[in-house]
Amino acid sequence: MSTTTTGKVAASTGNFLDERIGASKLVKAGARKIFPDHWSFMLGEVALYSFVILILTGTFLTFFYVPSVGHTTYEGVYEPLRGQTVSEAYASTVRLSFDIRGGLLMRQIHHWSALIFVAAISVHMFRVFFTGAFRKPRELNWVIGSLLVLLAVFEGYFGYSLPDDLLSGTGLRIMSGIILSIPVVGSYVHFFVFGGEFPGDEFIPRLFTIHILLIPGIMVALITAHLFLVVLHKHSQYPGPGRTNDNVVGYPFYPVYTAKAGGFFFIVFGVTTLMAALFTINPIWAYGSYDPSPVTAGSQPDWYMGFMDGAVRLTPGFFELHFLGYSLSLNIVIPALLIPGIITNLLILYPWIEAWATGDRREHHLLDRPRNAPTRTGLGVMAITFYLCLFLGGGNDIIATHLGLSINDITNTLRFLLFALPPLAYVVTKRICLGLQRSDREKVLHGRETGRVFRTEDGEVFELHEELTPQARWVLVQHDAVRPLALDDGEDEAGVRRPGSRFDGIRRRISRFYFEDRVEPVTPAELAAAHHEHGAHEAIEAEEERPALPSGQA
Amino acid sequence: MSTHDANGPTGETGLERHGDGHGGLATHEEAQVPERFENPGLPQHQHRVSDVDARAAKRAERQVAAMFGLSALGTIVTIVAYYAVQLDEEVSFDTYLGRVQLSNFLLGVGLFLALFFIGAGAIHWAKTLMPDDERVEYRHLQRGTEETRADAVRILQEGADESGLGRRPLLRNTLLGALALIPLPAVILLRDTGPLPEKALSTTFWKAGTRLTLDPTGEPLKAEDLTIGSIAHIMPEGIEEAEHPLNERAKAAVLVMRLNPDDLASESEDGSYSGIVAYSKICTHMGCPVALYEQQTHHLLCPCHQSTFDLTQNCKVIFGPAKRPLPQLPITVDDEGYLVAKEGFSQAVGPSFWERG
Repeated sequence: MSTTTTGKVAASTGNFLDERIGASKLVKAGARKIFPDHWSFMLGEVALYSFVILILTGTFLTFFYVPSVGHTTYEGVYEPLRGQTVSEAYASTVRLSFDIRGGLLMRQIHHWSALIFVAAISVHMFRVFFTGAFRKPRELNWVIGSLLVLLAVFEGYFGYSLPDDLLSGTGLRIMSGIILSIPVVGSYVHFFVFGGEFPGDEFIPRLFTIHILLIPGIMVALITAHLFLVVLHKHSQYPGPGRTNDNVVGYPFYPVYTAKAGGFFFIVFGVTTLMAALFTINPIWAYGSYDPSPVTAGSQPDWYMGFMDGAVRLTPGFFELHFLGYSLSLNIVIPALLIPGIITNLLILYPWIEAWATGDRREHHLLDRPRNAPTRTGLGVMAITFYLCLFLGGGNDIIATHLGLSINDITNTLRFLLFALPPLAYVVTKRICLGLQRSDREKVLHGRETGRVFRTEDGEVFELHEELTPQARWVLVQHDAVRPLALDDGEDEAGVRRPGSRFDGIRRRISRFYFEDRVEPVTPAELAAAHHEHGAHEAIEAEEERPALPSGQA
Repeated sequence: MSTHDANGPTGETGLERHGDGHGGLATHEEAQVPERFENPGLPQHQHRVSDVDARAAKRAERQVAAMFGLSALGTIVTIVAYYAVQLDEEVSFDTYLGRVQLSNFLLGVGLFLALFFIGAGAIHWAKTLMPDDERVEYRHLQRGTEETRADAVRILQEGADESGLGRRPLLRNTLLGALALIPLPAVILLRDTGPLPEKALSTTFWKAGTRLTLDPTGEPLKAEDLTIGSIAHIMPEGIEEAEHPLNERAKAAVLVMRLNPDDLASESEDGSYSGIVAYSKICTHMGCPVALYEQQTHHLLCPCHQSTFDLTQNCKVIFGPAKRPLPQLPITVDDEGYLVAKEGFSQAVGPSFWERG
């Protein structure tokens, strides 16, 4: 096609769209939108693209999967199963894997992609947390993201339960146990959800509808809102020379990010496909159709359910109470319902907790370097440590068999570590952050160590330090030093409470907890003083360092 | 707009005028030292090789084109693999499995090439040939101006006044009442999603005289079939004829073990027969099958959450998250010498629930 033909087609298409939906205005407003560049901004993209891959491959799977636990005798090509009574869901999944060309590939892409999806959301969430990207005005998007991670976990769990194989059925048995443990109404909820006793005939078809329609539908809506808010707020950016809270520095959506982000979709899809081509995942043909009486040793959920399974494994049985002819299974309610509930609520509320402690109502578009928010970073690492202890608890049997340890010792150790490690992780992380901030100060005040050692005529030996360029220095000094809120105890001389001061005491304590320990960025006055102090060396450094300056500096 | 003060838009970057190598650093010679450092502005743009060297740009162009070519090749590989590796021929099982593997591998690698190199090509294109000078866009506060906000409040008030919501509390209250009730049908309509539990969770397929049969063969079992230290996975006879075999199996599964009678706890002796005892296989924690038996220690272990039950203590929990012992199924032998249930379970098997007691 010649250029002129292309031009004509483009012009007439453009005209068509503009006269109907005002496309020219959209292009003018959006096509050159600036996005900042950083590798960590791709984590959310991985999640988004995995979601698209899941929808594409999932649709393929529905063409062959039969959502029914009706009994059938397996007569397919997979010899070890021939003649066995299996459910139709299971038989159709085996058929899809062995008889349909590309079926196994699609199933494996779907499963790998689900694992990557939840992992990418989690790491994306870490990025947003540790850089403070959840702060005003992005709190609502943090809430949407929190709901998405919750839905993603359930969606994954429901998805791997659908093949009705022995492993996933065991997973559903655990869900049945959790539902039964709900105080007062547990058995009723169970009978409504499962359509009677476990496993029943109703659950797999119901799960199918929830998995392919209800949850993905809600997720599409939430993801749309999530992306809309990203565009509305304009992307946050890391601090650096030329980057301010009032601007966004980067490359235009069209054509740079159209190519980069669009291309990245194909990269994610391609890599996931390669994983599916090379690594088997969830070989359900080896597990057999679900039967509630056998089980395999080393039964493990997919990774994102591991923390909950771990919480359940670590909770001792004495939490189950029996009184007045009733049972209260706190040994299940606490780890399987309460802990995930508390985690979710703290997650959703976190932006407001921190904003309360800072008393800061400004908009924040410049990200924090994690070291510059030591308490937040410490809390984040503390939460991750807690999660990891639960996660390891979920694999206590695997650890035991692989390392030849006693499962009781591992469980007891993890019960202890679950409470001991997170506070320790908090303290250590916070100290590391403060140490890094001090080292930043050091670098600003005394320059970069060049490795060149200089001896004066008097025999004094010292290492030459090279002053930072203003650009390099700016990264280290740009942040605000947040100090604890100065709140009085909310009472005047007569002991009368000021209105609205009821929680000032707690607020003061929280604010102090956050910002009492801090290392403030170097001020120009401090730098000037440091220069003055080193005046003698500086003369030598000055003549030595001029030629060593990077060329881009001029 | 009020946020753009001294650094407001003055050019492409708005901040370039600071990028002179001295930044805003006030040296100590100057009389006034600022309180904070000033943003030095964007560093000078470094040109890429492909920006200054036409040959490098041409090379990059060829590389991108090669990647797109590789992608096209991948698509062809995928299509060829789809037809070349057939899965509908009568071949031996091993050959067939090999073909499934090969098909999966070739389709996957072909698709990988097809997808990955579109992405790699596009990104390489963007990184080498599209402009890489950073551009600046200005942000505006999310909140509207005072004027807009006042307008919005006025509009909302006007609308509320027009609707009469404030003046007609009867309308407001009845509407709220109706809206509060509307979810009820949605809840009620879910009533038929399942029957009520009634006694279902507390009853099993076991009755007095039901024979113990081996799972999955269904053969009945005699006492002498079991040596000391052995274990058998048991189902009640006739369970496959039940209305919902899987539901029944989820409750009726039983483990039978033979011990030295001296090792048994006194409370389990009543339901035992010459050292043979039967216990529910369904974990009292969450209902997984307690399938692992340590013959030497007489411990039963649930593989799901590692609850450990001690057979010599009437299956009391000695470790893990379960609280209650596994219920014992009292057994004896019938006239023909087959092991049978003396009676059904005296309590509900499986996980706890509120009204279980």
